Amino acid sequence: VNRDLYVYVLRLGDDALIAAQRMGEWIAHAPQLEEDVALGNIGLDQLGQARSLLAYAGSLADKSEDDLAYFRDERDFTNLLICERPNGDFAVTMARLLYFATYQHMLYDALQGSSDETLAGVAAKAVKEVAYHVDHATQWVVRLGDGTEESHRRMQAGLETMWPYTQEMLASDDLVGRLGDVAVDPAGFADEWHRRVAAVIEQSTCSLPEAAYQHTGGRDGKHTEAMGYLLAEMQHIARSHPGATW
Amino acid sequence: MRDWPLWEVFVRSRRGLSHGHVGSLHAPDAQMALRNARDVYTRRQEGVSIWVVPASAITASSPDEKDEFFDPAGDKIYRHPTFYEIPEGVEHL
Repeated sequence: VNRDLYVYVLRLGDDALIAAQRMGEWIAHAPQLEEDVALGNIGLDQLGQARSLLAYAGSLADKSEDDLAYFRDERDFTNLLICERPNGDFAVTMARLLYFATYQHMLYDALQGSSDETLAGVAAKAVKEVAYHVDHATQWVVRLGDGTEESHRRMQAGLETMWPYTQEMLASDDLVGRLGDVAVDPAGFADEWHRRVAAVIEQSTCSLPEAAYQHTGGRDGKHTEAMGYLLAEMQHIARSHPGATW
Repeated sequence: MRDWPLWEVFVRSRRGLSHGHVGSLHAPDAQMALRNARDVYTRRQEGVSIWVVPASAITASSPDEKDEFFDPAGDKIYRHPTFYEIPEGVEHL
């Protein structure tokens, strides 16, 4: 169809796939069994979104979702950097989930009105899932921030660790402009994103991180040092046994 | 986090009229208990409504009292409607 649509769908699919991979790392490592299940559910929601989006992207380029997930190299992935950053402690992961899920929620909410029917359909299903992710992150950010001295310190540190990767999510670019009413320009909801995140942080008694150097490059395939390790773990089985089924 | 309190979980199914006990879980407070219950007990569309109750708020009968609590009901067959014969000519019963 057109190259722009393929690149756009791939971006959203890569965001969801890499976020799911990171969430999966928590399985059997969460503070409680109940939280293990919660994080597993969230990761599987993200994986489901990734599959829908990568299958759609693949259909535009004569590739399968597995080709796209397992047989591309680091520079071909166009996910936001925030998705690939290491999990850190539980507070760091909850900070990321607050930032990223709030972004995804606003994106999918608007994308329901896309003139591309497939994207609109994926967004309509995903928006409810992501609303719950926002809620889960909010509950924990508030509890840890407004908890003990130690949990407050860690929550503040988590919010600051992920902050330098937030503005990349909200940036506009030429591709989104060219796609018109097929795509959603994140710059259009950047102010509302800041309002929502600031409200949660205020409730948590933490402070909004100060302006810091903002990393970018994910959309161009320029990743952080954490990405190679993540891909190695995610892809090595599929690459060691190409075509294997299970 | 090791000493999160225990909560009992009750779920009402889509077509059910009342909440039934489905199990228990740990959570730091009621709101998180509700969310944990959603994640642990309604992953496969088991329900449309959840109650969580602190396990410590439940007063339970003791196994030691089983005899005086429950055995006396054993031979009271007149407590079952099937004990009574329906007189001839009675309608709508």
